[in-house]
Amino acid sequence: MFGWELPPCNSGGLGTACYGLSQALANQNVDITFVLPQRVNVKADFMRLVFADIQGFNWPDFSPYASFKYLPKNFPPEMARDLFSAVNLYAKRAADIAKKYNYDIIHSHDWLCFPAGIVAQQVSSKPLVTHVHATEFDRGGGQGINPMVYAVEKMGMDKSEAIMPVSNFTKNIILKHYQIDSAKINVVHNGINPEEYVNQIDESNPLDALKKAGYKIVLFLGRLTMQKGPDYFLKAAARSLEYYPKTVFLVVGSGDMENQMINLAVQLGISDKVLFAGFLRGQMLNQAFRAADLFVMPSVSEPFGMTALESVATGTPAIISKQSGVSETLGHVLKADFWDVDEMTNQIVSVLNYPSLHKSLKENGKEESKNVSWQAAASKTINVYKKVLGRKKK
Amino acid sequence: MSAICLYFQVHQPYRIKKYRVFDIGNDHNYFDSPDGSRLSNKDVLQKVARKSYLPTNQVILELLKKHPEFKVAYSLSGVVMEQLEEYAPDALASFQELVATGRVELLSETYYHSLSYIFSKDEFKAQVKLHSQMIKRLFKKIPKVFRNTELIYKNELGQDLEAMGYEGILAEGADHVLEWRSPNFIYKPMGTQNIGLMLKNYRLSDDIAFRFSNPGWTEFPLTAPKFARWVSAFNGSGDIINLFMDYETFGEHQWEDTGIFEFLRHLPQELLRHRDNYFVTPSQALKKLPKVAELNFPNFVSWADVERDISAWLGNSMQDDAAAKLYALESAVLKSRDQKLISDWRRLTTSDHFYYMCTKWFSDGDVHKYFNPYDSPYEAFIAYANVLQDVKLRLEKLHKTK
Repeated sequence: MFGWELPPCNSGGLGTACYGLSQALANQNVDITFVLPQRVNVKADFMRLVFADIQGFNWPDFSPYASFKYLPKNFPPEMARDLFSAVNLYAKRAADIAKKYNYDIIHSHDWLCFPAGIVAQQVSSKPLVTHVHATEFDRGGGQGINPMVYAVEKMGMDKSEAIMPVSNFTKNIILKHYQIDSAKINVVHNGINPEEYVNQIDESNPLDALKKAGYKIVLFLGRLTMQKGPDYFLKAAARSLEYYPKTVFLVVGSGDMENQMINLAVQLGISDKVLFAGFLRGQMLNQAFRAADLFVMPSVSEPFGMTALESVATGTPAIISKQSGVSETLGHVLKADFWDVDEMTNQIVSVLNYPSLHKSLKENGKEESKNVSWQAAASKTINVYKKVLGRKKK
Repeated sequence: MSAICLYFQVHQPYRIKKYRVFDIGNDHNYFDSPDGSRLSNKDVLQKVARKSYLPTNQVILELLKKHPEFKVAYSLSGVVMEQLEEYAPDALASFQELVATGRVELLSETYYHSLSYIFSKDEFKAQVKLHSQMIKRLFKKIPKVFRNTELIYKNELGQDLEAMGYEGILAEGADHVLEWRSPNFIYKPMGTQNIGLMLKNYRLSDDIAFRFSNPGWTEFPLTAPKFARWVSAFNGSGDIINLFMDYETFGEHQWEDTGIFEFLRHLPQELLRHRDNYFVTPSQALKKLPKVAELNFPNFVSWADVERDISAWLGNSMQDDAAAKLYALESAVLKSRDQKLISDWRRLTTSDHFYYMCTKWFSDGDVHKYFNPYDSPYEAFIAYANVLQDVKLRLEKLHKTK
């Protein structure tokens, strides 16, 4: 399996998803050799870790979400060479690695790992399956795509025996933009490990003071970038405050729109009600989820949306964009189009105003989230493996 | 000898439009979704009239002409009659034509098809009275047999209706109440003297209403001769077979292409082929047949879901919250003497609003989802709760101006 990052050395959902899926696959007796581009301190004793040891791998510039940055109009073009050279170096190393280990199938996660997967396929003649966690069309947030990234994505998909997008939402993007035979595409929704969400209690939470003072907390959690729609969150916040003034809107995450978001909060006259917490992970992140009365994910284009699932599993009701993969797996949430600030406002104010609505969403959502598990994703993945290997033998 | 009693429920609620937080205090028209919306009451009523009421009434009228022995009963909620008058007067006229034959009985119910019996007996009685007045105005009839919303029933309701002068009441023949007993007799509600209790034979009724077009059912396809055989098999072991169902079964729940109209068209002649079978209306059955025993329904029973209880409408925190808030406004609304406000509030008592908030089977995508015009139970609740806030504001405003 070729990946780009694993937690705790990750910058977002890709690493989390690779880890969760691998762990569940290992649980169902799949023997995994997981390759990473650089040596990092990751604990994953359920699989064999192999590092490609690329020199000069500069974190976090090589985050999987970096491609948007390299749009020529915003950033110097020479930087793109660096990310691409990392991807190419990874592919070169993949040749040796592919010869060294024993395996039946090659599983590559997202475009950064597609060249590595293709090289391994050529060296070993083993079937390649690609996993699509996001496409260039999501990362661009409607602002255009990087054609070089697109080319790599398309080549990877063309050369693979099976493609696993994380949602029907993403499957449809693949069908629309990549001209792929739909028979090759098998949707595998992401998941959680439900047991991790049992009996979560904070002895103290840094946000307790706010709650004690009678404030409701509405949470945004994601990279501050076009794709995630943080601007829609702030616009809905401003409208909601007209109807429910005692609310704090907590923004967790960092990104290229950070300054723009701070300015927008000022412009909207709500800077005293918006808290920018920056990028959080681990305990702090969980505390944010648990303290919040409501989670809002207004993504413009969201292949899946792990954070929404995590929120609901934590017991925090969620409003999620209809333009997301996770909305295919959850019914006990509120849904709105990302651009529909009015509807989002209506939903935010209603959840804050009506405790019985909050309670129903919380209880039913938590229960429902248990079915959206990594074990279920692993079972589907194994079926795809079997299909591909069965075809190979014939 | 086995009597056959057909009763059809005709009801359409006033669905609440997508009423948002911005509308509170500004917009007092809660039920006027634009044409083309799934929540447009006019659209839904006209569609149901076209697909179900008009063609089915036509078949029933033919049957009444063809078979002098054929009889049938209906219960039309007040809110459906109101909407028929406004949106589909031709369908209303066709119901009037049926009743004019003298072989069609109309039943009594709450005007607003509400759960008011559970929350307020005063309001319940007021709505029953409103319904009777409407029946009298439109059909020149005075109903003597009662059926409560969704066949919700317990002992106390039987007792109350006896005191109100009714001859009979309809209820679900629920297994957990009947135990070893058969639904195919007339019973007496516990603690009453004269009023009769008629129980739905839910197996035979649901064979038509729910299973008719299900190709996975072992008895598929269901034909009129086959169904008539099943009914006739009860001869000698029962006095009456009560076939109770929603009228929308014909043409709306079971579409025309399933053959449901042909089934209905042939059913009476197939039933009458067995010489022991005969048709009755509820009033006739209650006059003719003995009450074989007293039945104890200590808790509410309904005709909904496998549970046959009231958990489709009440029980989750949104439903209970909405109902509590609604009935908390009752006395203030009624005292206001503002007719528009009273009628708006009463339209909110309709059981369907609470059904739309049901989360029981929501993720399974079954019958609740099919019958829910909102995207989710949560959206249904939000619109409802927002409307209640507006009703409250209107009350406060009236108070200030007085």
